[in-house]
Amino acid sequence: MSGVLIIAEHRRGELRPVTLELVAAAQAAKRGASDKVTVTVIADEPQKFVPALSVAGVDEILTVKVAAPEFEPDSYEAVVKALIEERQPALVLVPHSIDSFGYAAAVAATGRYGFATDVFRFEYQDDGLVATRGGYGQKVNIEVDFPGKDTIVLALRANMFKPPEGTASPSVVAFPAPPVKSRVSGREFIEMSSADDVDMTAAEFILAIGRGIGEESNVAQFKELAETVGATLGCSRPIADAGWLPKSRQIGQSGKTASACKLYVAMGISGAIQHLAGMKHVSTIVAVNADAGASIFSIAKYGIVGDIFEISEALREHF
Amino acid sequence: MKILVAVKQVAALDEDFEIRADGKDVEPDFLVRDLNEWDDFSLEEAMKIKESASTPVEVVAVCIGPDDADEALRKCLAKGADRAIRVWDDAIEGSDSIAIARLIAAVATREAPDMLFAGVQSSDHTFASTGIATASLLDWPHAAVVTSLTYTPGANTAVFRRELEGGVLHEMQIECPAVLTIQLGINTPRYASLRAIKQAAAKPIEVLTLEDLGVAPMHVGESGSLSRVRRMYIPEKGRAQMIEGSVEEKAARLAQIIKERAGGAA
Repeated sequence: MSGVLIIAEHRRGELRPVTLELVAAAQAAKRGASDKVTVTVIADEPQKFVPALSVAGVDEILTVKVAAPEFEPDSYEAVVKALIEERQPALVLVPHSIDSFGYAAAVAATGRYGFATDVFRFEYQDDGLVATRGGYGQKVNIEVDFPGKDTIVLALRANMFKPPEGTASPSVVAFPAPPVKSRVSGREFIEMSSADDVDMTAAEFILAIGRGIGEESNVAQFKELAETVGATLGCSRPIADAGWLPKSRQIGQSGKTASACKLYVAMGISGAIQHLAGMKHVSTIVAVNADAGASIFSIAKYGIVGDIFEISEALREHF
Repeated sequence: MKILVAVKQVAALDEDFEIRADGKDVEPDFLVRDLNEWDDFSLEEAMKIKESASTPVEVVAVCIGPDDADEALRKCLAKGADRAIRVWDDAIEGSDSIAIARLIAAVATREAPDMLFAGVQSSDHTFASTGIATASLLDWPHAAVVTSLTYTPGANTAVFRRELEGGVLHEMQIECPAVLTIQLGINTPRYASLRAIKQAAAKPIEVLTLEDLGVAPMHVGESGSLSRVRRMYIPEKGRAQMIEGSVEEKAARLAQIIKERAGGAA
């Protein structure tokens, strides 16, 4: 058992950046110069991803041609299982992502491989691989190991490994997909839109509200506050799910990517892991929360423990 | 026609807590238990299908856990589940999400539902793997992170949308019976009435053992798991620089940060 097998993720013709983070993570997992890093890309035209995958640290690219252009759980599961059997890798890396939620556990459960998800750190110790993940709402860290497992599948958290710089010329090999009857088929992509045409991706200054606002009737005063301080109003998932603000204002991993955001003031947002992962790139995060133990303080630059209503009322006076 | 809803009684940490003497978990006294938030949405989705169907639909909630997990199941019964099943045996202690999936799959084989719902993940350990592992052990079609569902009880296919990153949805079609993992926001979970809560307290909860399910003890617990906890520890606190002082002082500092970074808005 040797080598690292990475499963690339792509969507609508583009490689998802997390794939390259896995390449960086794989370097750390190599136990010798002979340990090969292989990236597998599964698509209807897999070869079109070869240039984007030819980055430093990749030794080999496996192209697997399947019928569906986009992710579909049955073929990913069948291909990855066939690859593990053929290549016998020591480690399989996938992103901890919406797509991998749909097949990684299936591969591991039926193949009885070692398996851990949402892993943000791992290393080989004397007695084998040790992976670290969070627990109890990220308030503790948990180290897990995989006794007796020759192949281990890890789903790695995004934004934890720095993608490699520089290109390479890996060998490109076509791997035949095993026959598979897909029971799930893609129809179309739908952009979430709403009447309120705010573009969260362009907003540089976002003031966002979370569960801490308590009631729907309190939304209006934060709308006003955002206007007063010159911010775009955003919200965490529970606020959008409750319909208090349109889905287009939701930020975090499953909401709009606030890619231009430089200043982010989070009011009453405790910080679910998906929210934190989606906002980590912002250079200045200020978190205001009544709970000193809120997870959001772990990614914020500045923290204020206090009542968001009192703080915002006093803040208004300055503008 | 039957829908099986797999639920979990999750644990949240008290403000202060201690790690257990063996260093592998938190002392149980510091855990606050509740029904997993995601499972509230999967149960509601099942209830919606039941209530809009022209044929009778039975909603069965299943939970793997010791006695105190009955609380989570009572919540499901109070919200309208027809039956509740709890599976426990001391050998199950120490199971990872895959060993738990093996038990849910065994219950599904026994109950033969037309659809199985599970939450995308649980709020305590966010494995995001139990539902899909269950599907693979049953060899059922499966899909994760379902945020809308069109399904007529007994139909051969269902259409759903899964929620992708960055505000995009992917519409797909799936053959049934299937396992779907349900995302927050797919519906608005109901509150149980006081009367329903009282009635649920008197309803029976069927308790099944490993023997009832024909699962060997070696296939659950640590020996039936794909990973093993080595150590649990409290990480170093976050790096936020805390702004102290009175409400006015805190607000003044916040205003200053905003004016500096946002180019002096207003």
